[in-house]
Amino acid sequence: MTARYYWGLHLGLIALLFAGHFVLPAYQHGNVARIMVLAVYAMGYNIAFGYTGLLSLGHAMFFGAGMYGMGLLSYHFDAGALPAMAAGIVAGVVLSLVVGLLALRTAGVSFMIVTLMFSQALAMTLVYFRDITRGDEGFVIPSATRRLWGMDLSDEAHRYLIAWALFSVVLIFTLWLVRHRWGRVFVALRENEERASLLGYDAFRTKLGALVISGTISALSGAAYALLFGYAGATFAGVQYSIFPLLWVLLGGAGTVLGPFVGALFMFYLIDLSSGVTDAYMLIAGVALVLLTLFLPHGLVGEVKRRLWRDLP
Amino acid sequence: MLKIEGLDVSYGAAQVLRGVSLTAQAGQITCLMGRNGAGKTTLMKAIMGLLPPGAGSIALEGTLLSDLPPHEVPKQGVGYIPQGRRLFGELTVAQNIEIGLMTRGGDAALREELLEIFPRLRERLGQRADTLSGGEQQMLATARALALRPKLLLLDEPTEGLQPSMIEVIRQVVLTMRDRGVAVLLVEQRVDAVLDMADRVFVIEMGANRDEMDRATLRADPGRLRAHLGV
Repeated sequence: MTARYYWGLHLGLIALLFAGHFVLPAYQHGNVARIMVLAVYAMGYNIAFGYTGLLSLGHAMFFGAGMYGMGLLSYHFDAGALPAMAAGIVAGVVLSLVVGLLALRTAGVSFMIVTLMFSQALAMTLVYFRDITRGDEGFVIPSATRRLWGMDLSDEAHRYLIAWALFSVVLIFTLWLVRHRWGRVFVALRENEERASLLGYDAFRTKLGALVISGTISALSGAAYALLFGYAGATFAGVQYSIFPLLWVLLGGAGTVLGPFVGALFMFYLIDLSSGVTDAYMLIAGVALVLLTLFLPHGLVGEVKRRLWRDLP
Repeated sequence: MLKIEGLDVSYGAAQVLRGVSLTAQAGQITCLMGRNGAGKTTLMKAIMGLLPPGAGSIALEGTLLSDLPPHEVPKQGVGYIPQGRRLFGELTVAQNIEIGLMTRGGDAALREELLEIFPRLRERLGQRADTLSGGEQQMLATARALALRPKLLLLDEPTEGLQPSMIEVIRQVVLTMRDRGVAVLLVEQRVDAVLDMADRVFVIEMGANRDEMDRATLRADPGRLRAHLGV
């Protein structure tokens, strides 16, 4: 397949989601806006895990850094949306750089444990400094600061469009990145780190670059989540929010650009629909996930790539 | 060009190389021979910086390779084609070549030159590397190493498991590189191939130098080489 086809596919999804703004019923409209923001988080995670092979169990720290970087500036200093978002992104860049410099000295299981520990340390810090962060309760982002270019972001229509714009930009960036030579070096490292080193690539610096890009996109998602949905809480920096992007990426297809969105969409609606049927909805979700893992081990988009479209990015 | 002196290399407590010394000159094919487990691949890995020497030195044109991390060694002009090829299977042929070209600023002209050497690869540019045949994979691994514009080319049993037509392709490439002034260090088990191509042969046994022969000696007394290998 040529580049025209896969660009068409990805731009087609963006167009479809834009059309959703006009046709989706109110409840689904809100859901899809939330899914798009969470899919940005998953796309960030996918750059580290899916393309570079860095299995992190602590990405919630980057999501949380973005959320609190943005939220605290709004909450305590009434900062506008743009400077607050910028603070969230900077928090993600700095944290991912520092964590990367330390955690990337390990690999494999050790890397998983170290990232998990860093993430837990951040979550506990957020709870400990409750005078600043409001601890477990979290805090509501003041509505006066949730305005962007004259748009009130508590309005559902504006919220959807900003979420769509963010999703579109990150999707296109990811597609560009993985087709760019850097993206190929990420894949080369994932496939065979020693061989990539023997072709002249500094594995540590390359992985650090991938982790910073991944952490920054995750922080962007966290900041956007706080801005659009008006709340920041320590739960979002907890271990559950480190597991979610891993599940979304695995379900959708690690190392595919569309996989994170498809995985997030699938899991969101699996839980949403099953919770309408029974209180034991996590059991249904769990069984479905086990079946999917058994019969579609490469994920939904990953199986399409494996069986039908091998050069799908 | 390449000068190895008194090299000791260990895997933990197990010492594999014991005071190995070797030279390889520009425009010559230097063959490294020895039985299985003699330490040939270990020596290749040590040159590439993957195994730190316990003693001794490895220098290329005066630069101590043994002081460099592995990713800096290719930047000095060392291309390595390991045993088993080790391609990036999920990347296409074109992307595998590009990965090699990027390290030392290779351009479209060099890419074109590589595809002229290996026309089969031109037909497979968009194909994933893990779908190539064994011979095509070896061509790609070789092209990727040549994309580094090597001054020194290390090949670890490049013809292992290949059919005769592919072996001939690889042989021609090795000879071409030699003619262009590249120093070639070749690990090879086939005695006939060594007798045909080698300008100098080093035999190692149990991790230590056992014998050294120049071209004239090889021609005059091929039995000496065979005796070392028990063939």
